[in-house]
Amino acid sequence: MIGVTAFGAYVPRYRISRMTIIQNMAWYFPVIMAVAGGEKSVANWDEDAVSMAVAAAYDCMADKDRKALDGVFFASTTMPFADRLNAGIIAAALNAPEEGIANADFSACLKAGTTAAISALEAVASGERSSVLVAASDLRKSKMATMAEMFIGDGAAALLFGKDDVIAEFKGSFSLNADFVDHYKGVGKDFDYLWEERWVRDEGYGKIIPQAIAGYLKKTGTQLADFDKVIYPCYFTGTHRGIAKQLGIDPSRLQDNLHGVCGDTGTAHPLLMFSTVLEQAKPGDKILLAGFGQGCDVLGFEVTEKIRDFRPARGAAGSLAAKVDLPNYQKYTKFRDLIAADLGIRGEANPNTSLTALWRKRKMILGFTGSKCTACGTPQFPSLPMCVNPDCNAAGAFEDYEFADKPGKIQMFTGDMLSPSVDPPAVYGLVEFDGGGKAFLDFTDCDLNQVKVGMPVSMSFRRRMKDQARGFTGYFWKAVPRVQG
Amino acid sequence: MASGIKDKVAIIGMGCTRFGERWNDGPEELMVEAFQECIQDAGIEKKEIQAAWLGTCFDEVMVGKSALSASMALRLPNISVSRVENFCASGTEAFRGAVYAVASGACDIALAIGVEKLKDIGYGGLPEFSTAIGTTNALWFPNLTAPGGFAMLATGYAAKYGLDIMDVKEAMTHVSVKSHANGARNAKAHLRKPVTPDQVKNAPTIAFPLGLFDCCGVSDGSACAIVTTPEIARSLGKNDVISVKALQLALSNGTEIAHKWDGAHFVTTTKASKAAYEEAGIRNPREEISMMEVHDCFSITELVTMEDLHISERGKAPKDIMDGFYDLDGKLPCQPDGGLKCFGHPIGASGLRMLYEMYNQLLGRAGDRQIDDPKFGLTHNLGGFPMMNVCSIAIIGKHGA
Repeated sequence: MIGVTAFGAYVPRYRISRMTIIQNMAWYFPVIMAVAGGEKSVANWDEDAVSMAVAAAYDCMADKDRKALDGVFFASTTMPFADRLNAGIIAAALNAPEEGIANADFSACLKAGTTAAISALEAVASGERSSVLVAASDLRKSKMATMAEMFIGDGAAALLFGKDDVIAEFKGSFSLNADFVDHYKGVGKDFDYLWEERWVRDEGYGKIIPQAIAGYLKKTGTQLADFDKVIYPCYFTGTHRGIAKQLGIDPSRLQDNLHGVCGDTGTAHPLLMFSTVLEQAKPGDKILLAGFGQGCDVLGFEVTEKIRDFRPARGAAGSLAAKVDLPNYQKYTKFRDLIAADLGIRGEANPNTSLTALWRKRKMILGFTGSKCTACGTPQFPSLPMCVNPDCNAAGAFEDYEFADKPGKIQMFTGDMLSPSVDPPAVYGLVEFDGGGKAFLDFTDCDLNQVKVGMPVSMSFRRRMKDQARGFTGYFWKAVPRVQG
Repeated sequence: MASGIKDKVAIIGMGCTRFGERWNDGPEELMVEAFQECIQDAGIEKKEIQAAWLGTCFDEVMVGKSALSASMALRLPNISVSRVENFCASGTEAFRGAVYAVASGACDIALAIGVEKLKDIGYGGLPEFSTAIGTTNALWFPNLTAPGGFAMLATGYAAKYGLDIMDVKEAMTHVSVKSHANGARNAKAHLRKPVTPDQVKNAPTIAFPLGLFDCCGVSDGSACAIVTTPEIARSLGKNDVISVKALQLALSNGTEIAHKWDGAHFVTTTKASKAAYEEAGIRNPREEISMMEVHDCFSITELVTMEDLHISERGKAPKDIMDGFYDLDGKLPCQPDGGLKCFGHPIGASGLRMLYEMYNQLLGRAGDRQIDDPKFGLTHNLGGFPMMNVCSIAIIGKHGA
C-alpha cells in the first residue's frame, strides 16, 4: 500500500479582515465590496514561500524520521530563487540527509502542489523512493484594491508519502492539461495579470474541473457518490458551490474553499484543504482531491485505520485558530513591500552573503544544528571547535545536536527601536533550551508588551534578510514566544 | 611570579579634546588638539617619544586601517605606532600598549592616543556594524544594536532579583540624573544640561526599557597620555607623580552566550576587577577606591557594573544608587566628569578620557568637580554586549600610595 503517511499545514498568524481592506481601499475600486466577508491570512514580513513550507513540513513530520527522507519536493509559484534549488533549502532546514535523496522544485502553475504529490506517489510506487515529502507554499503579492488582494491568502501544506503506516491510501490519479491562461505572471514580475473573471469562472474552473473529475472516474471506474469528501480549489465561492451542484455533490461532501478563514493559498491550497479534511477523517473515508491551473490534477485516496494514530503537531485547524487580527492595512502593505517606507541610513547596509561560509555552516544556519560535547554532554550553539563548558573545553569531541525542534525559555530580551526593522521594535533576546544550550535570537510573531522573561518559546525558520541588490535571500531561525493572542 | 604593573609606570602628561558633535573637525584635528595639550602637560619634546599606540574602533568610517593616521596627523618622527582595536576597550588598550612598553624597558617614553570620529555617518547612534561581526556571525546574529544588547540586561537583572522592571528603571534614572549633574560642571563634556528624573523616565524608548536618557552621547573626540618611568618623571620635575596601579583585561569565552550565565552580571568585569584590586594591593574596594569612571554606555550597564566591581553587593546596586553613594558628594563618586553619558563616547578615546579625569582629580585640577584628596581612581570599559564582551580596568593613583 502506498499513500499519505503524514500531513501538516501552516497558516501564518496574521489575518486581515476583508472589511479592513474595504475601509482603506474601496474608495478606489468599490467592486472589492462584492467579497466583503471573512478574512485572509497574511504572512509576517519575515516569511516567504520557503519559510512557510518549512513550518508546514515540521508540522507534518513532528513524529516522523526526517533522516529517513529520500525526496523533498517543493511546489510554489513564488519561490525566492529562480536558480538555486528551493527544495534544497527546505531539505537543509529539515536536516534531511544529503546523500541518497532526490529533491525537486515544482513551479509555474497553481496545480504544482498536486502535480508534485502525483510525482511523489509515482516515485514511491516505483520502489525507487520510500519517504517523499511534498511541501507546497505560496506567498503571492497582489496590487492594492484588486480582487486578487481580496482572494489571495498566504499559507503552506505538507504531505509525506510512503509505504509504511499509510493513513490515506492512494487509489489513482488523472491529469488534464489545458493552456487556459486565467492569469499569468511573466518572469521578473511582482504581480499576476488576470483575465476577465466571468470567463475564468465559467470556462475555467466551471468546465475544466468537472472534465478532469469525469476523467478520473472513468479511468478508475468509480462514481462521484463513492466519495465522502470532494476537494478542489476555487476562490469564487459561488462558482465553487456551483460546480458541486452541477456534479451532484451534496454540499456536506464539498470541502469548504477556506475563503472565509484564510483565502486562496495558491499551490498550497488543495493540499491545505486536504489537510483540513484529513484532520476530521475516519477510517474508510474516500477523498477526491483536485488541483487547478493550466489544467487539473485529480487524486483519489481512502483513509485507513492508521489515521487514528496520527496527528500533525498543530495542523491546519491549530494554525487557523492561532490567529491575530491585523487591523492596520498600512502595516500589511509594508509587509508586502507595496509602499515605500524609510528604513533610514542605518538600514542601507547591505553586505553580500558569503556563500563559502554558508556552505561550511549550512547545518548550523539552515538546520539550526549545534553540537553536543561527547566528553561532558553539553549541548551548545554555535558550534565551535572547543567545548564551551569551562570545566571541559574538550576539542573536537562533538556530535550534531538539533535545536530547531527543542522548546526553550526566554532568559532576557528587548524591543529595539533603533534597529532597522520592517516591524519595529525589533524584539530579540537570549533563549535557554530545555535540555541545555542557549542561543541569541531574533523573536518573531509577538508584540513586545506580551513578552516576559521565562516565557516558553518555539523555533521558527524565517527569512533573515533579503538582498534586493543581488536577489539573495538569507534564512535563520527565530524564537516565537508562546504569547496568548 | 609576575609582580604586576603597580608603580612601574608614571603618567606625565594627558590631553583631551572637548567631546561632542565636532562637525568641522576630522580625526586628525581632534588628535592634534588632544596631543598638544598632552605634550605641553608632559613638558617634553615630541622627539622624545619613542613609541606610540593608537586606539580606534570604527576605523572603516573614520581613520582607515593601520596607525598611519596618527603618525601622519601628529607628524611623529618615524617611530613605531600601532593601531589597537578591542571594541570600547580600544582606548585603554592603547594605554596598555604604551604602559607595558615602558614597564618592559623597551622604551623610556611612550604615547597612547585614542580617537573616534562618529559624526560622519549621517545618522544617530553608533555606526551600523553588520560588516564588522565576522563572516559566520553575519549569517545568524539577531538584528541588534548597542542599546538593544544592553537593554536585555535590565530584563535579566529584574528577573534574577525578582524586581519590577520599573523599580530597576528608577535606579537607572538616578544613574543618568547624577551623570547629567556632573557633566553640567564640565566644560569639555558633550551634554551639559542637568535633567530631572521625570525627563529621563518620560523620554522616548530606544530599546525597552532604555529611554533616550539611559543612553550615552555619541560623540567625536580624542584623548591621550604620555607615560614614562617614575624615575624619569621625577627627573622631568614632576613632584606629584601619578602612577599606574593596575591594568587588567578580561574577555568572554562564550560561556555567557552559549552556556551558563544568570543574565544579570558581567562575567568579565567581575573577574578583571578582582585581578585589578590584587594587582593594586587593594583589599576593600568600597573603602579604598576614591572615585571611578566606569563604562556607562547605558544606565543599566553602570548599575550592574557597581556590583561586578565588588563595590555594591549583588542585588544591592539600586539601593546604593538611590542612597546617593555614587553621587559627586557621595561616598564613592562615579562619573565625576559626566561619564560616557554626558562627556560623550568617542569609542577609541573613552578609556583615555576616563584616565584624564582621574589624573586631573589626583592632581587637584578638577575645578568645581574636585573630589577631596583622592587616592585611587578606577576606570572601566566594557565593549561588545553583555553576553559577549571585552572588559578593561585601570587603576591609577599617587606614586607610592
